[in-house]
Amino acid sequence: MASIPSFRVSPVRVRRRSLWQRGLRAVGRWRLLSFGVLLILLYLAVALIGPEVAPYEPNATHPQSTLEAPSSGFLLGTDKFGRDIYSRVLYATRLDLSIAFSVAVSAFLVGSIIGALSGYYGGIVDDVVMRVVDVLLAFPAFILAMALTGILGDTVPNVVMAISVAYVPYFIRLTRGEMLRVRTLQYADAAVGVGNPRWRVVLVHLLPNALTPAFIQLTLVLGWAILDAAGLAFLGLGITPPTAEWGVMVAEGAQRIITGEWWTWLFPGLAIVIIAFGFSIVGDGLRDLLAREER
Amino acid sequence: MPRLLRYVLRRIGLALVTLAGVVVFVFLLTHILPSNPAALRAGPLANAELIRKYEREMGLDQPLYVQFTRYAGEILSGNLGESWKTGQPVLKELGDRLPATLELAATAFAMALIIGVLLGVLAAVYAGTWIDQGVRLYATLGAAQALFWLALLCVHVFYYSLGWAPAPLDRLTIGVPEPPLVTGLFTVDSLLAGQFHTLLDALNHLWLPALVLAFVVSAPIVKMTRGSMLDTLNSDFVRTARAIGVSRRSVVVGDGLRNAFIPILTMIGIVFGYLIAGNVVVEKVFSWAGIGQYAWNALTINDFNAVQGFVILIAVIYVGINLAIDLAYGFIDPRIRLG
Repeated sequence: MASIPSFRVSPVRVRRRSLWQRGLRAVGRWRLLSFGVLLILLYLAVALIGPEVAPYEPNATHPQSTLEAPSSGFLLGTDKFGRDIYSRVLYATRLDLSIAFSVAVSAFLVGSIIGALSGYYGGIVDDVVMRVVDVLLAFPAFILAMALTGILGDTVPNVVMAISVAYVPYFIRLTRGEMLRVRTLQYADAAVGVGNPRWRVVLVHLLPNALTPAFIQLTLVLGWAILDAAGLAFLGLGITPPTAEWGVMVAEGAQRIITGEWWTWLFPGLAIVIIAFGFSIVGDGLRDLLAREER
Repeated sequence: MPRLLRYVLRRIGLALVTLAGVVVFVFLLTHILPSNPAALRAGPLANAELIRKYEREMGLDQPLYVQFTRYAGEILSGNLGESWKTGQPVLKELGDRLPATLELAATAFAMALIIGVLLGVLAAVYAGTWIDQGVRLYATLGAAQALFWLALLCVHVFYYSLGWAPAPLDRLTIGVPEPPLVTGLFTVDSLLAGQFHTLLDALNHLWLPALVLAFVVSAPIVKMTRGSMLDTLNSDFVRTARAIGVSRRSVVVGDGLRNAFIPILTMIGIVFGYLIAGNVVVEKVFSWAGIGQYAWNALTINDFNAVQGFVILIAVIYVGINLAIDLAYGFIDPRIRLG
């Protein structure tokens, strides 16, 4: 998108609004975005206090009440071992959100630093980086994460690593593209001119101004990472039973699909879908918001 | 036209470099990452002797570069090795299962294209109204959907509750014989053989998984169609056409849609990514005997030859599709053609 030069009015006429006022206005204008933020905050709260408020331990079995439909005793029913699904869904929130944030943040950090250096220095470094990116993008992200998890082995850190690797190329491309734009600005030359080493100019002066697209992508990847981790667990890869994790729970519930105990898979899946929706509308909302601010 | 020729050669060269990179990458994955592939293959109960036998058989006692040249040579000659589990050539096993995946994926893609373009055009024509809002909600839900969960939900509703769909167990009801093999697509083969009972059964098994997959795949198509349709409808030539009295409908269908299609074509690569990843999950829920099911089966039992065969096949198709799009774009777009 071509950037249009903005003409500031004289400082006297700018009406200063407090951060709070601007926040309120933003809520009014970006209802969907605020709704998404609210959803994310709710999930963060559950991740924080979920284990305290859960009625049962996640792996406590109740042999007398297996596969019970939702009732006052077991809010969301029980699974085939008589474990309380409500408690397990609450407990899983912390794990699933940790995975999402670890994936998104590590892919963001690694990808944008590589992308920034590659875009700034250009030449053979850039060529090599872009060919590696091409190779990684020769696989759909989920397929790459699937193969990596299968080969690395079924542990939570391996799942995080596998999904991160699958998303790093997206961050490299985005930041590199921005860097190509930013490095031609005059202040880049000025920063070098006053004696900064080049790596410092890239990482300290230029990178912050090249991060907007990667930052939007970060929000989207948060949602995708949850979907991917849960999807892998559903296929029996990565996170394995009896861990209380949404994808694992859906996979265990899927065995009841023919016999119709819907609560075993419906609720853990809803937990995934709602937060994925939340991250997605926040990502889309941020894109609109930041794109408009640039004008 | 040397410019176009240079563009074409450059694209093909890049695709070949990428594929070479894929081979190196997959080699590194399957030969370096696991601490000892032979031990993995032999399983947890194996003794040292069996592991050494496998090491010799798989050439793991050779230096790495020898292993790689042998590996690359095999792949170049079209040999993806044998499955550790069945002993069958991986390429043959993948080939046997590819038609099942193709039938599902192609049906889903056709559905997604119809749904996606229709909804995208509707949203653009009625931009800002509740129709637009609804379509955008649909696209957001589709783009961030837990497909495995949605598939279960659909099975529950359409099989368990309503009984409109058959049990989610593979491509034909047990007892219905497979049609004589021509293409491997049961719908086409049964039609060719005139077995209408089999055709109905195959269609009956096909529509639900294809529809579930189509929902997810249509999401990016909706977004893209809406965007490019909006651009076209707001363009000067459409305004001129309206001004000289061309009816709204023929502007939308004639000019709008035609011009909106080019951006849609360019994103087929992304759509394919959605399609193949979704396919793996849908095949699991519906016990569909395609290459996705083959891949996750192989992964869960550490059959690395089968895994790498699958991964390389996907990469070849993916790179091939993107190359085809680039080339087509080169021919269509005069800016590239004439430089």
